[in-house]
Amino acid sequence: MDARAVPSPQVEYLLRLGDSALILGQRLGEWTGHGPVLEEDIAMANVALDLIGQARLLLSHAGALEGAGRDEDRLAYFRDAREFRNFTICELPNSGLEKGHTQSGDYAFTIVRNLLFCAYQVQLWQALAGLPNPSNDAQLAGIAAKSLKESSYHLRHAADWTVRFGDGTEESHARAQAALDALWPYTNELFADDAVDTAAAQSGFGALNAPLRAPWLAQVGAVLEEATLARPRDSAFVSTGKSGLHGEHLDFLLAEMQVLPRAHPEAVW
Amino acid sequence: MESKLEAKPGEKPGEEAARQREWPLWEVFIRSKQGLDHRHVGSLHAADSAQAVQMARDVYTRRMEGVSIWVVPSNAITASDPDDKAAMFDPAADKIYRHPTFYVLPKEVEHM
Repeated sequence: MDARAVPSPQVEYLLRLGDSALILGQRLGEWTGHGPVLEEDIAMANVALDLIGQARLLLSHAGALEGAGRDEDRLAYFRDAREFRNFTICELPNSGLEKGHTQSGDYAFTIVRNLLFCAYQVQLWQALAGLPNPSNDAQLAGIAAKSLKESSYHLRHAADWTVRFGDGTEESHARAQAALDALWPYTNELFADDAVDTAAAQSGFGALNAPLRAPWLAQVGAVLEEATLARPRDSAFVSTGKSGLHGEHLDFLLAEMQVLPRAHPEAVW
Repeated sequence: MESKLEAKPGEKPGEEAARQREWPLWEVFIRSKQGLDHRHVGSLHAADSAQAVQMARDVYTRRMEGVSIWVVPSNAITASDPDDKAAMFDPAADKIYRHPTFYVLPKEVEHM
């Protein structure tokens, strides 16, 4: 009776991509009005809006494939943390892990997270949009092609700042390295394929993540080298956000993001 | 870009540090589409020219305003003195024979 009871791997796969873009977009949006300088404030807001735009397309598509009558707004505003499928790295607070969920952020942490995640997105969009094997879902391939241009710019923006921080002052280098050390373990989840990823890839809909790690590492590694930052040692830690098991930070983010539509469900501009 | 390390002559304590925190100013020129000239759209602060181009992209082209960006250090521009306005520009006002008012511009010539 409930079409949601057994979600298809395709829908789950889209939720992972869409929720990751949505949650990171919301996170980066916290910088709006609080950026280090006016120009960068606008730049980061642009990145946040691009990500929310990607999320709208992906969640709309997920809702349509699910066939249970949920549109992008329903999915974004009326699910609880346990139902979100974003990678954990996207929900971590801008201030880093130790300082908790305060509004004031650490720009090095924000930038390094964008470097690591947007470089992954670039690889993923290329795999889903590109030859010789684009996704057999024309809509997803189209979303990937559009998003690739945006993510390539996000990556460039983050890489530029990573080099400036890493190869900058003693303090900026230390902060960038600390952010990198804290974030590195969370990148394992991006490339750890589970049953959903495998099923989505086997059906020709999605792409396996594990093969994306080598080109990702080459791209990120080149930036780290230029930034004089040391690549942290790999660990066996795998976060579990894409299965719906989140850390302590997502609830606070959702509370802020969802409060208005939940208080006034039918509100329109 | 100015030297970051040395205090300028006559600078009071603290002013040097304040100057170091302040990025230089850049004037931004955008070409809105192929065939048109770059037009001055505003200015911004950035640490160097590469960053200025990137920031100009975010600040001035987010509504599809452009296809090309130039940035120029503001201190590289030599401007006319507003006090000289009368001497510089007023004498042209009564030389109507210099003004091409006798031509009708064909409609096909856009963007003159």
